Amino acid sequence: MIDTLSHLPRPHAGAVELADRFGDLAPPLTARQAALESARCLYCYDAPCVNACPSEIDIPSFIRSIQQENVQGAAQTILSANILGGSCARVCPTEVLCQQACVRNNAEECAPVLIGLLQRHAIDNAQFGEHPFQRAPASGKRIAVVGAGPAGLSCAHRLALYGHEVVIFEAREKAGGLNEYGIAAYKLVDDFAQREVEFLLQIGGIEIRHGHRLGVELSLSLLRQQFDAVFLAIGLAASKRLGLADEQAPGLLAATDYIRELRQADDLSQLPLAERCIVLGAGNTAIDMAVQMSKLGAHDVNLVYRRGFAEMGATEHEQAIAKANQVRLLTWAQPQEVLLDDQGRVRGMRFARTQQVDGRLQSTGESFELTADAIFSAIGQAFDASALVDPLARELKREGERIWVDATLRTSLPGVYAGGDCTALGQDLTVQAVQHGKLAAEAIHSHLMSNVEAA
Amino acid sequence: MADLSIEFAGIKAPNPFWLASAPPTDKAYNVVRAFEAGWGGVVWKTLGEDPAAVNVSSRYSAHFGANREVLGFNNIELITDRSLEINLREITQVKQAWPDRALIVSLMVPCVEESWKTILPLVAATGCDGIELNFGCPHGMPERGMGAAVGQVPEYVERVTRWCKTYSSLPVIVKLTPNITDIRTAARAAYRGGADAVSLINTINSITSVDLERMVANPIVGSQSTHGGYCGSAVKPIALNMVAEIARDPETRGLPICGIGGIGSWRDAAEFVALGCGAVQVCTAAMLHGFRIVEQMQDGLSRWMDSQGYQRLADFSGKAVGNTTDWKYLDINYQVIARIDQDACIGCGRCHIACEDTSHQAIASLAQADGTHRYEVIDEECVGCNLCQITCPVQDCIEMLAQDNGKPFLDWQHDPRNPYRIAG
Ligand SMILES: Cc1cc2nc3c(=O)[nH]c(=O)nc-3n(C[C@H](O)[C@H](O)[C@H](O)COP(=O)(O)OP(=O)(O)OC[C@H]3O[C@@H](n4cnc5c(N)ncnc54)[C@H](O)[C@@H]3O)c2cc1C
Ligand SMILES: Cc1cc2nc3c(=O)[nH]c(=O)nc-3n(C[C@H](O)[C@H](O)[C@H](O)COP(=O)(O)O)c2cc1C
Ligand code: SF4
Ligand code: SF4
Ligand code: SF4
Repeated sequence: MIDTLSHLPRPHAGAVELADRFGDLAPPLTARQAALESARCLYCYDAPCVNACPSEIDIPSFIRSIQQENVQGAAQTILSANILGGSCARVCPTEVLCQQACVRNNAEECAPVLIGLLQRHAIDNAQFGEHPFQRAPASGKRIAVVGAGPAGLSCAHRLALYGHEVVIFEAREKAGGLNEYGIAAYKLVDDFAQREVEFLLQIGGIEIRHGHRLGVELSLSLLRQQFDAVFLAIGLAASKRLGLADEQAPGLLAATDYIRELRQADDLSQLPLAERCIVLGAGNTAIDMAVQMSKLGAHDVNLVYRRGFAEMGATEHEQAIAKANQVRLLTWAQPQEVLLDDQGRVRGMRFARTQQVDGRLQSTGESFELTADAIFSAIGQAFDASALVDPLARELKREGERIWVDATLRTSLPGVYAGGDCTALGQDLTVQAVQHGKLAAEAIHSHLMSNVEAA
Repeated sequence: MADLSIEFAGIKAPNPFWLASAPPTDKAYNVVRAFEAGWGGVVWKTLGEDPAAVNVSSRYSAHFGANREVLGFNNIELITDRSLEINLREITQVKQAWPDRALIVSLMVPCVEESWKTILPLVAATGCDGIELNFGCPHGMPERGMGAAVGQVPEYVERVTRWCKTYSSLPVIVKLTPNITDIRTAARAAYRGGADAVSLINTINSITSVDLERMVANPIVGSQSTHGGYCGSAVKPIALNMVAEIARDPETRGLPICGIGGIGSWRDAAEFVALGCGAVQVCTAAMLHGFRIVEQMQDGLSRWMDSQGYQRLADFSGKAVGNTTDWKYLDINYQVIARIDQDACIGCGRCHIACEDTSHQAIASLAQADGTHRYEVIDEECVGCNLCQITCPVQDCIEMLAQDNGKPFLDWQHDPRNPYRIAG
């Protein structure tokens, strides 16, 4: 239970009604729809969509397989580039990735090919009797992966494919990372994240040790001694702070903490409901938080951002989802003060109105107040520095607060690689993390094998 | 408004759109509906001697495009499966009720003079406007010595045509089978026999698909199949060529041609007319969409004719025949080069890979900073084959531009590179 919200009421709607509201945001294509949509793909050469997919899925190839009624082949094409192709198909902001680049994404061609939904169609409908990838003969090499999120899992699968033994050290009870604990419930419904992890582990050679937290139960120095290589994929485990007084007051918490609770809840009607709430931020997390609270039954959800719509991290598509769920988007307002009731609990927030002057954000001098039962902060995830405390870990070169890596995902320490959100490379997206994991595995593999040949 | 009425081989009709002999013209009920919808004429479903033919189940199959659009259609049906008497009675009634429409009766009886001599007066008694000899059915009937089995032997075609001209005063249209090496042989035979016109094509021997689970071709009858006759959109190019072959054959000059095969739009019909047809027949398109398609065909054709200043069909009938010639007469010095309209190009790369892999490496793929590619024609390498224009998904994006290379007309017969050139 979320202590700081324990004073709030529960949703009025029952469990069944709520489960329904949290159903699939973008329902799967029917077979007929998939046939029609796949026929729209022009089977481009050097296809721009492939270039725009961070995991470089051969999109024209898998869509042509769907068209030729070969979903199994389509799924294998997808998975060979992106082993988490099922969750990516559901969570990728395709409107700024593959579909943005589709040559049919213009008025003359009517609309982009629905690549994400076709990808989901292939993965959901493929039935593999056995795991579709076979491991190479055992290499005798052992690799430690820290963090069982998309980056860690993708890396582990590719390494296992090459015949290496992988141990994943994961702080939490379940694998999947933000697929399990963070992504909006209506994007990844039911237990898909866990089923995907199970599928991925079928390849064999991967052991996950839960309850092992780097910086607490584990040290990088030890890992490097015990394994032939280490891949760090610990994501962004902390949330950015507002830097205001009373940030610890009951009624104020990080959106990701609430979402994690929501994602794990068997019965959504037992969650605390903030009938009137404020969500601070402008990215995916803020939108997800606001939309989910609205679906729980809140009638007054305000998403407040200090800049304008154009600067929002959330795509237009995401913003539209928020609006469709009666979320009010307020721009050009910056948190100034947490307002408390006489029992010291959140009753609202005062905001300063802002404006942009010569590219700099300034207060206009005006302010206003919003009443709220709870405030959810979603102004960004932060690197949890407590993971890198042992002497060796401290040596890791950083970029900002995150871990520095080169294009092949090598850190500044030989034998130590990193990928996903914990690095500064690329965007903070599931598909990007998967690609990092895959590339890191390739780099680790070629490094370990070149040593073998040399020996 | 253009005048769509025609007189074809002495047969008058308010418009050139006729239904081909097939299920749409199988009985009075259908034909009346067709006339109500506006069809200018029908060729009644082929009659034969009693006892009537018996059909199997199932009967049709198709070749589909990516969106399940029917590209080609295949059938294993025989001629009419109703008695001669019923058909003749219905034909008489329908002709009486619709005197302005062309009503032609298709016939197929054994290749015996007596059979023709017997049936022709019965048919004439219906008041019909003409007869069409079905020498084309490629499935079932040839196994009994009729249909394509006759159409493939020029002497039989000539002989039967002559019998018909002898025992009947009705106009005789000979319907040709495309399952033959040179269509002109059959047309010449019909001409010699005294045919008033030829119609073509009948269906082409085909197997459209194989059921890979049951390991049997389609359409399936129990656990077996048999080849059928192919028609519909996919056969139009074959039909057009055969029509053109006959139209430009000096031996059959002036022989009226009724075009059949894959016609579904006014444009299809206009193309057949341009290559020499005086009327057209439709089957598959009507079977897939119903009789109402004739409305758009009539409207489209007359508007197009208006826009071109053609008052009647005869004004443009055969106009493209003179421009259809043998390869050896083509201008070898004529040159076109592909030009890509960069504003229309959507960057799919299909032109590039097509030319690169299979043609003349004449379209360069230039990587752009944003990860996309720009495609440009290398003029010196382009042979003007049209491949890129064909594979380009954007209409009019690639234009084939005629080059002014200053060279005179030169055909292969006179080309110095031809070792067998005509001197001079
Ligand atoms: C609320 C929210 C919504 C999002 N929505 C989308 C979306 O719709 N689409 C999209 O593409 N992206 C979305 N993202 C981003 C996406 O989830 C991340 O980019 C992606 O999960 C990054 O993968 P990762 O493997 O790097 O990190 P994570 O998924 O964060 O996984 C890190 C793993 O490491 C474990 N770990 C952390 N610290 C330690 C430690 N010290 N020792 C051991 N284990 C540790 C964690 O428990 C976790 O399992 C969203 C993010 C959030 C927060
Ligand atoms: C189901 C079916 C039955 C046919 N039966 C006959 C027939 O009895 N006599 C005949 O001369 N042609 C018959 N045909 C051929 C058509 O008349 C026509 O020549 C052919 O289908 C090509 O035209 P289309 O492409 O418009 O269909 C038949 C065609 C079909 C599809
Ligand atoms: S992984 Fe994501 S970006 Fe890549 S093709 Fe699939 S949906 Fe598009
Ligand atoms: S860009 Fe669009 S049309 Fe081209 S291959 Fe990709 S999905 Fe298909
Ligand atoms: S095929 Fe057409 S649209 Fe595609 S790249 Fe070539 S010119 Fe452009």
